[in-house]
Amino acid sequence: MKPSAKNSQILLGSNRVTVYNNMPKRLFWTLRPELGLGGERALLLALVLFVGVLSIAPLARLAYAALVTNDGFDLDRIVDVLGGRRVLEATVNTIWIAVSATLISTVLGTIAALLCNLTDMRKRSLWVFGFMLPLMIPPQVIALAWVQAFSPASPLLGILGWSLPPGMRHPLYSMGGIILLLGLYNGPLVFLSVRASLQRLPASMIEAAHANGAGHRAATLDIILPLIRSGIFAGAALAFVSAIGNFGIQAMLGIPGRVPTLITLIYRRLNSYGTSALNDMALLALLLAVLTVGGMTLTAWLGRQGDQRVETAQRPPRIALGRWGLPIVGIAWLYHLIFLMLPLSALFGTALVRGYGQPVNFETITFQNFSNALFYHEGIRDAFLTSLWVTLTTVAVLIPVAVALGYVLTWRQGCIAQFLRMASEMAYALPGIIIGVAMILFFLRPLPFIGTGLYGTVWVILAAYMSNFLALALRPILGGYAQLDRGLDEAAQLAGAGIFARLRDIVLPSLAPAVMASAILVFMTAINEIQTSVLLVSSRAQTIGPMIIFLEEAGSSTLAAAVGCLMVVMVLVLMSGSLLLGNRLPEGVLPWRD
Amino acid sequence: MNQIQTNNIAKSYGQTEVLRQISLSINSGEFVAVLGPSGCGKTTLLRCLAGFERLDSGKIDIGGQTVSGPKRHLLPENRGIGVVFQNYALWPHMSVTQNVAYGLKISGVPKKERKARVAHVLDLVELGPQANRRPSDLSGGQRQRVALARCLAMESRVVLLDEPLANLDVHLRGALEEEFAAFHARTGATMFYITHDQSEALALADRVAVMDRGRILQFDKPEALFRRPSTETVAGFIGEGRVLEAEDIRPLGGGFASAIVLGQPVKLRCNLDQDARAHAKISFHPGDLHMIADAAPDGICANVTRATYRGAYLRANVMAGPSGAVPLSVDIAAPASLTSGQQVKLALNDGWVIPTTHPTCNHI
Repeated sequence: MKPSAKNSQILLGSNRVTVYNNMPKRLFWTLRPELGLGGERALLLALVLFVGVLSIAPLARLAYAALVTNDGFDLDRIVDVLGGRRVLEATVNTIWIAVSATLISTVLGTIAALLCNLTDMRKRSLWVFGFMLPLMIPPQVIALAWVQAFSPASPLLGILGWSLPPGMRHPLYSMGGIILLLGLYNGPLVFLSVRASLQRLPASMIEAAHANGAGHRAATLDIILPLIRSGIFAGAALAFVSAIGNFGIQAMLGIPGRVPTLITLIYRRLNSYGTSALNDMALLALLLAVLTVGGMTLTAWLGRQGDQRVETAQRPPRIALGRWGLPIVGIAWLYHLIFLMLPLSALFGTALVRGYGQPVNFETITFQNFSNALFYHEGIRDAFLTSLWVTLTTVAVLIPVAVALGYVLTWRQGCIAQFLRMASEMAYALPGIIIGVAMILFFLRPLPFIGTGLYGTVWVILAAYMSNFLALALRPILGGYAQLDRGLDEAAQLAGAGIFARLRDIVLPSLAPAVMASAILVFMTAINEIQTSVLLVSSRAQTIGPMIIFLEEAGSSTLAAAVGCLMVVMVLVLMSGSLLLGNRLPEGVLPWRD
Repeated sequence: MNQIQTNNIAKSYGQTEVLRQISLSINSGEFVAVLGPSGCGKTTLLRCLAGFERLDSGKIDIGGQTVSGPKRHLLPENRGIGVVFQNYALWPHMSVTQNVAYGLKISGVPKKERKARVAHVLDLVELGPQANRRPSDLSGGQRQRVALARCLAMESRVVLLDEPLANLDVHLRGALEEEFAAFHARTGATMFYITHDQSEALALADRVAVMDRGRILQFDKPEALFRRPSTETVAGFIGEGRVLEAEDIRPLGGGFASAIVLGQPVKLRCNLDQDARAHAKISFHPGDLHMIADAAPDGICANVTRATYRGAYLRANVMAGPSGAVPLSVDIAAPASLTSGQQVKLALNDGWVIPTTHPTCNHI
């Protein structure tokens, strides 16, 4: 195979001329002035513009409007608004709900991660899929499903005769209900973070503990938990951010249950006063932002205390559950039965009856709700089509932007890269409703050149989606970049390829699976989105996400349930379909894949 | 032409000075190796030459054109330099042909000419039959040849190699070293080869730059590094060198000097301008020490602490000198037996007086 010394002598003699006969061209090329310098500069400029216009500027406008009104900076007004009884009550509720729900999520997610990663539990992949499913279902649908769980149409409780007697206050319309549902809903976030930590835990650490005589219990408590501490707290921080900004559950349970929180207060103020109350809404949104960032920073700080860095090694062996196998697996699946099947079956049950409150049987069963939702209800159809094209446009724009942004964040240093990194992290942390308020403020006034404001049109929803989901689109792509050898890009650079050619020819094909995953994640989240669009929808521009709340508020529970069921089905199809990408994806990119 | 000239280049990351005032002058068509321990800055030096890093100060000229300097930075894509990466950086989604053709495609070479040139280059590195395979289907040696073919196709006049053998099995290395030598002979390109393995550097390069903590300690021909190290660090680094204190150095003329080492008079090599000194450092290698008859009147007395079988020879670790406190290594031809605790007598046949004022780079 390899050329012998003799061979290379021959090559030396005969081929030198052939190989170098177009030398002048290459030399000229080397001497060419610094062409192409514009490419990367232009890309950076475009990214800064994109992030600046869609994230930084609206948020700056929000902060400005919160603190400065037409009368200038007025401290009395700020104290007045923030010190009001209702705002105080909502603030205390918000903090209490977010903290309690985070505790539930953290315990739940940690236990689930330990079970899935350290034991030989059977049918693990299916269980993980079921555990991640609620996170992918829009929160308003989850809330609706739980509300239906106690209705006569609920197949599980209805058959047992445990349905709620008419007229009785629904037990979930309460502070406890909100906390429970938020805790369950965000458990998977902690699960993901803890599982990532567990996967980095070297086997030798656990084996050394066993060699020192520690049993499974002692090894878990004394070795594993301290080592995955940072993962637990990172997950808790995510759960906190998600709980405090979760509009769907807080609104669906809190408004009928008269448990005001900051997020529902903002929503109701907009509904009651319209845009005249924008300064106060901005102030409340700013308060929410401060609470969010404060809580997240505190949790992250707690996680760093005594953090132990461990190096990757082979994975620990799984603990055989042995005689405990049956009870533990039983409890694990019972969890799915209660917290997944119960509400979802109730949702389907309600969607199958003519009127709310009827039990499902051969006389009451009907597919009218589904056919209405799919074909006849004009509002739903329009809202769905709007959601669809806005979502597709968002995906089409965000994916290339995220690929380019990921390139800069992963492989470039300097102050512009730092700025982009900070901006994209901030956008990830802030609740969608804050982006919503910011977008109203930013686009309320007539735009230059166009002459009209964008508020109330579908364009402002599109802008909000781009701003809101950039960070989400970025995450799997950054994961893809982390696995990509930088040399591949540098080799292409040496071959003379400019930045755009490299992104197209080298980076994009190598990242293809991560890009697919990113597109699926953004699509799934945006198509059912509620947090941002609930503030931005108008009679002219509806999206499908808030439709459930409007239908429920209007008393069409069965139709709302049907729409919810269709969303769940769509999510299920997308999740299962994405599993077909299978082994081509970097680990951890699809959260529901074990 | 393709000479490389670096002028006092410096580069820091935060507080860490990675490159300190590096000046090198590499002739067109020369094969230069940069040798140093990991973390000495050699990879940063390569990345500066390729244009991936900007300089803090100094300038780099390649082929007479300033490519990096104050307020000037030619991007890597416009430098026309070939790099063979440590892991070869072959694009996994492209076939061997596509990998080799990519640079030509970017520079706008027409399809027909491109095809012919790629086929020709693949024949040169004997990869014709593998032309349509993916890099993942190739062996380590074949991957390296694809990486070389990529440089060949681009007709790079300067090729930088970043520890290209570090990830390979020992038995493959010898064969691949030959490939580099053949590539160099075939193309006449200026080669800049980064390695931490001195046998690679000494075997391949016309000249070797020894680097440590961001500085070039010595830039010289391999045999000069081995026989005439200019600093203690170089002396200790190359070929298991040993540095000892010597006394009473007296030049004898013609590049020789007499001295007292471990209490014994010896004749050493030295610089022509070596002056007489009471103390100096000398360097030698294990092969310069020989065992002599116990009855010999002179000789360094030593006490064997450990003898290790090395196949062709026996490596003896001894404690030597008047007080028996200087550890030395000595190689003894194979059929020999030594036991721990045995008394032996040694003679130093050759050595080099390390110049006290050492020019760091005498080839500028």
